Amino acid sequence: MAELSFTEEELKEIEQLKAKFPTAKAATLQVLWVAQRKYGHVEPEVQNLVAETLDVPKSHVHGVASFYTQYYKEEKGKFVLDVCTCLSCQLCGGYDILHHLEEKLGIEAGETTDDGMFSIQSVECLGACGYAPMLQVTNGVYVNNLTKEKVDTLIDNLKNGKMPEFESMAMPELEKRNQAASE
Amino acid sequence: MAQDWKSFEPLLIPDIPNLQQIEVYEGNGGYDALKKILNDQNEWSRDNVVNEVKQANIRGRGGAGFNAGLKWSFMPDPDGGPRYLACNGDESEPGTFKDRKIFEFNPHLFIEGALIAAYAMTIDTIYVYIRGEYISWVEKFQKAVDDAYEKGYLGENIMGTDISIDLEVTYGAGAYICGEETSMLESLEGKRGYPRVKPPFPAQKGLWGRPTTINNIETLANVPLVINNGAQWYSDLGAEEHPGPVLYGISGHVNQPGVYEYPTGVPVLELINDVAGGIRGGKDLKALIPGGSSTPVLRADQLEGVTMNSDSLKDAGSMMGTAGMVVMDEDTDMVDVLWRIAHFYHHESCGQCTPCREGTGWLEKVLLKIKNGEGEMKDLDLLLDVGNQMEGRTICALADAAVWPVRHTINRFRDEFEARCKKSTHAVA
Ligand SMILES: Cc1cc2nc3c(=O)[nH]c(=O)nc-3n(C[C@H](O)[C@H](O)[C@H](O)COP(=O)(O)O)c2cc1C
Ligand code: SF4
Ligand code: FES
Repeated sequence: MAELSFTEEELKEIEQLKAKFPTAKAATLQVLWVAQRKYGHVEPEVQNLVAETLDVPKSHVHGVASFYTQYYKEEKGKFVLDVCTCLSCQLCGGYDILHHLEEKLGIEAGETTDDGMFSIQSVECLGACGYAPMLQVTNGVYVNNLTKEKVDTLIDNLKNGKMPEFESMAMPELEKRNQAASE
Repeated sequence: MAQDWKSFEPLLIPDIPNLQQIEVYEGNGGYDALKKILNDQNEWSRDNVVNEVKQANIRGRGGAGFNAGLKWSFMPDPDGGPRYLACNGDESEPGTFKDRKIFEFNPHLFIEGALIAAYAMTIDTIYVYIRGEYISWVEKFQKAVDDAYEKGYLGENIMGTDISIDLEVTYGAGAYICGEETSMLESLEGKRGYPRVKPPFPAQKGLWGRPTTINNIETLANVPLVINNGAQWYSDLGAEEHPGPVLYGISGHVNQPGVYEYPTGVPVLELINDVAGGIRGGKDLKALIPGGSSTPVLRADQLEGVTMNSDSLKDAGSMMGTAGMVVMDEDTDMVDVLWRIAHFYHHESCGQCTPCREGTGWLEKVLLKIKNGEGEMKDLDLLLDVGNQMEGRTICALADAAVWPVRHTINRFRDEFEARCKKSTHAVA
């Protein structure tokens, strides 16, 4: 890999992140995020860049990067689909969604398609249990209340470079009231 | 509990469009509680605020149900050095999805509550730690924080007083254990989320060795309600020993899943059947996990007359936890469910303590064997035995949280587990 570095702008962002805390070390998680957004992963070279930038031991950054599941310790697909299969999602067909994706993309959970477009992962509860089954796209937007059709549309859209939009899941009781009021 | 709980008007997330916008919040009485305190600091001395909140008996909404005001009173006297409030927005207990509603729909209520808490405990810096997966909500919440700074509710000389309080938003990167309070402190310090041995307790030595109080997001959102309406009013809402409004997250096999706000003490069966629209496909209810995955499962026949508050749930054999209610219909395979819960705790064990690291692994492995039809009767006793050896022998409560579902699901659905084990014996024979 070529020599890695942060741009002036990124360094400015990093200074702002450091200013949130009394120590530079405390910004480790946040700077790993900056690095992952830039490089798409935090392989060892990227971890070293973070360590040098914060002036903390490489072993410290390595320890942090390996502890947290959202950091990609190896290169992943352009889109990482984190399918929740935990308790509520399991009850509502989370595994069916996972298997549908596996079949559709011809890979298993934990793998990446040959063209480097998609990775699939089976993940723990994402805090969207009432909107199960659901998945998260590359540590970003949540896609809720999945059906096979909704998954198919999502894949088509992603292939065309169209990211899903944030779905606001309102409080159902308020929705019901508002509906009643507007009728 | 009043009969008319269904007509309760939500207080934490009231039915006001765009309440996340600071002007709308202000226009509806927002930041009045903070003003009330800061404008009359004799009447509302720091001690008086702590006492009022203690009297109200806001029970922690993060799972343990500890009296918030009492917790605040554990902070030592100020010595001039930094003191912290760490707000727990890690929200990772399976079945729990309510704090994100506050970030999205009423962030200023929480900010106001956190400010009142910081004032009461002479705290200068508030950290809000949000789970990394909630990045969309981090962004929404950051906007609310920026607005509060702009309006002078945060920062130097709040509303022209000599009080200065900062609030920093930060987020994790995927680790359930960071919801455990001392693990969250480690993560805030930029480290692996290894829970700390207590004592010392965070009030003595918390963030960077300084006095720190940890509260859940929903807990703090209750604080302005108490200041605006008084402790007496608050403690009259809902169940006597566990008062106030609660965000009930209802998921699983119901027609209308979602987060609903009602007082504590409402009947479990009515929440499932009337509020959440009953069981999908007209099926029968089989079981309920009342407050997140670690709270013991209850069979449908154990739910008659049970209400959502700590005493009633304790009598029934479970706990209030996070009020994340997971509903299961008659076709649910309890072996599958328990295996998935065990998988979760094994995956999320930080590995520091041998009983937890090894024990959660064993629980998952043996349950997988039973699930795959290869279990034997003695495996059920092995599971209970492993659980007994884990409980109370570890640094944090994750190990206990892993054991309770195993113990209670096996005991309460023993037939189903035995049938699965018997089947495999026959198959081998
Ligand atoms: C394994 C484990 C995970 C936890 N996860 C959370 C969490 O995600 N959010 C939370 O508020 N509390 C969580 N807690 C509880 C916290 O340790 C702590 O009791 C709580 O944040 C205190 O706030 P409260 O008193 O306002 O409820 C967890 C506890 C344990 C043992
Ligand atoms: S009980 Fe488990 S999660 Fe908690 S500190 Fe020990 S090993 Fe880590
Ligand atoms: S169980 Fe899937 S989001 Fe909670």
